[in-house]
Amino acid sequence: MSSRIEILNDGGYRSDGRRQYELRDMTFDMSEQAGADGSAIIAHGLTQVLVSVFGPREAKMRSQTLHDRAIINVEVSIAPFSTGDRRKRARGDKRILEFASMIKATFEPVVQTSLHPRSQIDIFVHVLQQDGGVLQACINATTLALANAGVPLLDFVCAVTGGVHAAAPMLDLTTLEENDLPHVTVAVMPRTGRVTLVSMETRLHVDRFEEIFRLAGQAGSVLHKEMRAAVRERTKGVVDAMGSGLRTSDFAEDAMMDDT
Amino acid sequence: MVEITIRKRQREDAVITQRKFFKKTARGKVIKVIRERYLRDDVVCGIDGCRECYSTVGPLLPFNGALDHKLFPHGHFVLPDTNVFLAQMDLLESTLFTSPIILLQTVLEEVRHRSLPLYNRLKTLVKVDDKRTWIFYNEYRSETAVVREEDESPNDRNDRGIRKGTSWYNSHISVTRPTTRGQITPLPSVVLLTDDVANRLKAEKEGIPCLSVRKYVEGMPKASQLLDLLAATDSEALEPTVAAGGRGAIYEDYLPTGELAAGIKAGKLHQGHFNANQFNYLEGSVSVPAFEKRILLVGRENMNRSVDGDIVVVEVFDEKEWKAPADEVIDQEVTLKNDDVEDSDEEGDNNEAIVEERKALKTEEAARRAAEKQPTGRVVGIIKRNWRAYVCHIDSTSLTSSNATSLSQQTVFATPVSRLLPRIRMRTRQAPTLIGQKILVTIDKWDITSRYPEGHFVRALGKVESKEAEQESLLLEFDVPYRPFGKAILDCLPSEGEQWVVPPKSETSLEWRDREDLRDLNICSIDPPNCQDIDDALHARRLPNGNIEAGVHIADVSHFVLPDNPMDDEAASRGTTVYLVDKRIDMLPSLLGTNLCSLRPFVERLAFSVIWELSPGAEIVNVRFTKSVIASKFAFTYAEAQKRKDDLKLHDDLTESIRMLNTVAQKLKAGRMTAGALNLASPEVKIHLDSSESSDPIDVEQKEMLETNSLVEEFMLLANISVARKIQETFPQTAVLRRHLPPPSANFEKLQDILKKRKGLNLDVSSSGALAASLDKCLDPTEPAFNTLVRIMATRCMLSAEYFCSGSVSKETFGHYGLASPIYTHFTSPIRRYADVLAHRQLSAAISHTPLHASLHSKTHVERVLGVVNRRHRMAQMAGRASVEFYVGLALKARVEKSLKVHSGKVTEEAFVIRTFRNGLGVFVSKLGLEGLVTFKRETQFDAENYTFTIPVAETGDKDVTIAVFDKVVVSIDVEKDRNTQRGKVKMTLVSPIDSTAL
Ligand SMILES: [Zn+2]
Repeated sequence: MSSRIEILNDGGYRSDGRRQYELRDMTFDMSEQAGADGSAIIAHGLTQVLVSVFGPREAKMRSQTLHDRAIINVEVSIAPFSTGDRRKRARGDKRILEFASMIKATFEPVVQTSLHPRSQIDIFVHVLQQDGGVLQACINATTLALANAGVPLLDFVCAVTGGVHAAAPMLDLTTLEENDLPHVTVAVMPRTGRVTLVSMETRLHVDRFEEIFRLAGQAGSVLHKEMRAAVRERTKGVVDAMGSGLRTSDFAEDAMMDDT
Repeated sequence: MVEITIRKRQREDAVITQRKFFKKTARGKVIKVIRERYLRDDVVCGIDGCRECYSTVGPLLPFNGALDHKLFPHGHFVLPDTNVFLAQMDLLESTLFTSPIILLQTVLEEVRHRSLPLYNRLKTLVKVDDKRTWIFYNEYRSETAVVREEDESPNDRNDRGIRKGTSWYNSHISVTRPTTRGQITPLPSVVLLTDDVANRLKAEKEGIPCLSVRKYVEGMPKASQLLDLLAATDSEALEPTVAAGGRGAIYEDYLPTGELAAGIKAGKLHQGHFNANQFNYLEGSVSVPAFEKRILLVGRENMNRSVDGDIVVVEVFDEKEWKAPADEVIDQEVTLKNDDVEDSDEEGDNNEAIVEERKALKTEEAARRAAEKQPTGRVVGIIKRNWRAYVCHIDSTSLTSSNATSLSQQTVFATPVSRLLPRIRMRTRQAPTLIGQKILVTIDKWDITSRYPEGHFVRALGKVESKEAEQESLLLEFDVPYRPFGKAILDCLPSEGEQWVVPPKSETSLEWRDREDLRDLNICSIDPPNCQDIDDALHARRLPNGNIEAGVHIADVSHFVLPDNPMDDEAASRGTTVYLVDKRIDMLPSLLGTNLCSLRPFVERLAFSVIWELSPGAEIVNVRFTKSVIASKFAFTYAEAQKRKDDLKLHDDLTESIRMLNTVAQKLKAGRMTAGALNLASPEVKIHLDSSESSDPIDVEQKEMLETNSLVEEFMLLANISVARKIQETFPQTAVLRRHLPPPSANFEKLQDILKKRKGLNLDVSSSGALAASLDKCLDPTEPAFNTLVRIMATRCMLSAEYFCSGSVSKETFGHYGLASPIYTHFTSPIRRYADVLAHRQLSAAISHTPLHASLHSKTHVERVLGVVNRRHRMAQMAGRASVEFYVGLALKARVEKSLKVHSGKVTEEAFVIRTFRNGLGVFVSKLGLEGLVTFKRETQFDAENYTFTIPVAETGDKDVTIAVFDKVVVSIDVEKDRNTQRGKVKMTLVSPIDSTAL
């Protein structure tokens, strides 16, 4: 089917009118969700993800409690209407579990868990609509939701997918592109330049990999700027609403804002 | 460093930027798809010097367009709509058509969806230097993007988009041009070219400059020459024939697309490729998944304007109306020889030719047998036309004026060389000069009121029967790309050219990186005499543990042909080297084939080696693959190697090595045969060109199978199988493999029946092993050639082998039926087959020598490339066969002429009857590998049940003569020039058991 659509045409346009290194439109909604300590809805093009964060709060189960730091739980659900084929995915679906563990692994080194011993942080990831780059959206939304909840972070985590079409690299793939191209998702911490996640589901030529890896890193910084602006905006709103001085010290962005 | 940006989308744009549609998956599930589109303002117009766009890439359109058109003195650009590209490609491709062309993305994509061949031609057209074509991506520019409205058909939406694009260009030009002293200088126009009248009316209303193609061409400087290239289209009444007024419909209209789709979905209609019957122009068939037997289409009304290769939709009749396939030969040139080209559309009994045709069909139908009934139906729609340019001759009798100086336009019949195609009506001013030439003709349309399709003349190829014209015509007819390699391709070759050598061994040498030094091994090559492109070589030696080490060394083509460069692209699109009798069309430049990648003796060459450790019983203990440097010790011919092996006095290493290889090969072969491999046969004719002066340039070389032939064959098979396993293991989704599906048992029904009835023999087709065994038993003690004949006939019941991508089909279907191997690929001839090049790349990646190019990880890419390669292979085979046929014809003609001169005798040969028709016999002359027809005009008795054919006593005056399938007869062979087509045609008549000249 997809052979009828050109992934990258002679004019250098992708099937949705973008060029190789153009990311899709991005929107952030960080308004409060019922009950959650912090939440964010992020959209990369048509892909939309909602993340709600509860905590840090007292751990419910004794057995899981760690005396020196907080534990992180991640649960992922995918709305049945999020893809065209309305497939139902059970919570125990292997792919969903894999997703959850990747997100957890991405954030464990970033969240300053030692500041909240004996507590837990629950992250609920809800995929609302899918058009490629679901993992990147989940990670970016989690970053924002954690920040919104006031969870202390060492840095932002910004993720982006990259793929290669006949030796031409491109960023932020749609479903159509993901189906046709070898691709990777790379999550970086822009301040330190550290990479916290590389997820590759298809084989990729090693030379190409390096190239995409580099590009994804650069794209991470571009994303970072946008996300930071969104958090600032939100912080400002909260500060205005609550009166100055309150809870602001809890906001971990302070540490993250001074980099450029 | 590249610039990474975020493409912002305006919220209010959502309507225009998001598209929702429903799509059906392969499994039949309907899914909702949403896509978005980013609109931008930086899509450039492509006009040189535009002050807003500043484009620098690519050849731009001249500032004022073209100034040589009568209607546009201030300059103009043309913007053709989709149908213009679909219908008038020959015109646009002509070197005389020089107007700058604006090609909208909407149009480009529509062409792509409608016809891939035309799309490819269009892409080539865009790249041609002296054409000035600019692709404008109108769907991505905010001012020109359109969204389909409710109640708007996709067609109307596209037409609206095209009009919008045209009008944008005109206003873009006016706002970006400077005004001089407040005065606007006259501006060039962008002219919409369309043959759709309704669209033109709309355009005129919107103030868009707009013309029909004919009108436009008439105003061009070279109008008279260009008008001949114009295709007949619907809206231009190009063909006002005599009977136009009272013209009735001959064919039924096709059903609307929606109805076709619904019918196919409901299982009421069936879709498949239309195959014309080469023996009977009034019959065709379509193979569809729902029926085991092909659906038969009898008569031109039921074939309803299908041309061989079209994808059609068929309705199947009630079972009581089913028919049996024809037993009679009906030749369109004979039956319709009197059809008048001007009023051939006239229906009714006053058209003699049609009466003749009906008569033929009727008598023939009555004779069809009840027993062999198969699904019968009619064509109700066309999914896709596969029309292209066909090689034809002008039918001289259809000319109204043969005055050589006459330049009046006349309508004539063009008879295609292929018997599968209908005659084509075309108009030309050059008819008298085209008589006796091979010409290229394209079909443009086939209306319900026209008995024949209508087309136009493209170009002349040369005089008939001249070798040049016939050669080119063959290449065109089978769509073989034969242009010489261009500079961009030759630039991909090593700069040292013929002087290239393997550099001295060193740590730093690129060539020696990860390569084994096998120069000391006793490697030799064994090939046919005078072989220039030696792509394989072998060696064997005894290991200390008593096992045997054997190696196959293949030219390392992938070292020279790197992925994704112009040479690779060209090789991929050629797919294979094509062998004609008098010409070889290479897949790769000859520097590689005959020198750098030819494993010549006594020189060092780069190779890709497969090396086995084999037990004395020829079981594989171990196999490894490595890139290597070899130095072949000798280039043998099969005969030389055989002689050396048999010479008991010789005990040198090389000879021992050949003996060892031979022993192993025999065991390998025995193993294959036990597994059920088939030993098939196809007629092989060898043509000795160098002796064309002699009386007998053709000769059937009974391909003598020496042990050494089989030696090489076995090791190549083994290498291919070992490589197939390795790449499939490493790349389970995209490995390039080759398979041969088992033939459906229905294919054998007829042959089984004939064998049973005529010879009392059983053919067991339940498996390849059973078939092989029962073929061995098909013997006639009195006739040694009988077995070969049965094998030839059995081979024709088989499917053909094909390349495929391992991830695209289920693993159970990987098998190679003929070779009885569960997995197979092609690895051993990368110089002349592209699939082998891909297998080399994958193997190279599998042993971590070279990383695999991204494209070979993509299933869709591999599928696409192999689709092309499969098609090219089929075409190459057919072209090769046709080339042999042409030379056989020429040689026979020479022989007949000589024979008549010398002893005024005829050329006679023994032949076997392989088919019986109601009015003729199909015979096979095994000595010449030639198949022919003997037809009878007089009364005969035909027993279809028993495959016999009786000439009654009344005709012979002596006694009844009965001839049956498999009988040996003697035929006289003559070559006569077809009066209409000027084509040499083999004519056979029976000499024994009865002289059929008078019958
Ligand atoms: Zn412009």
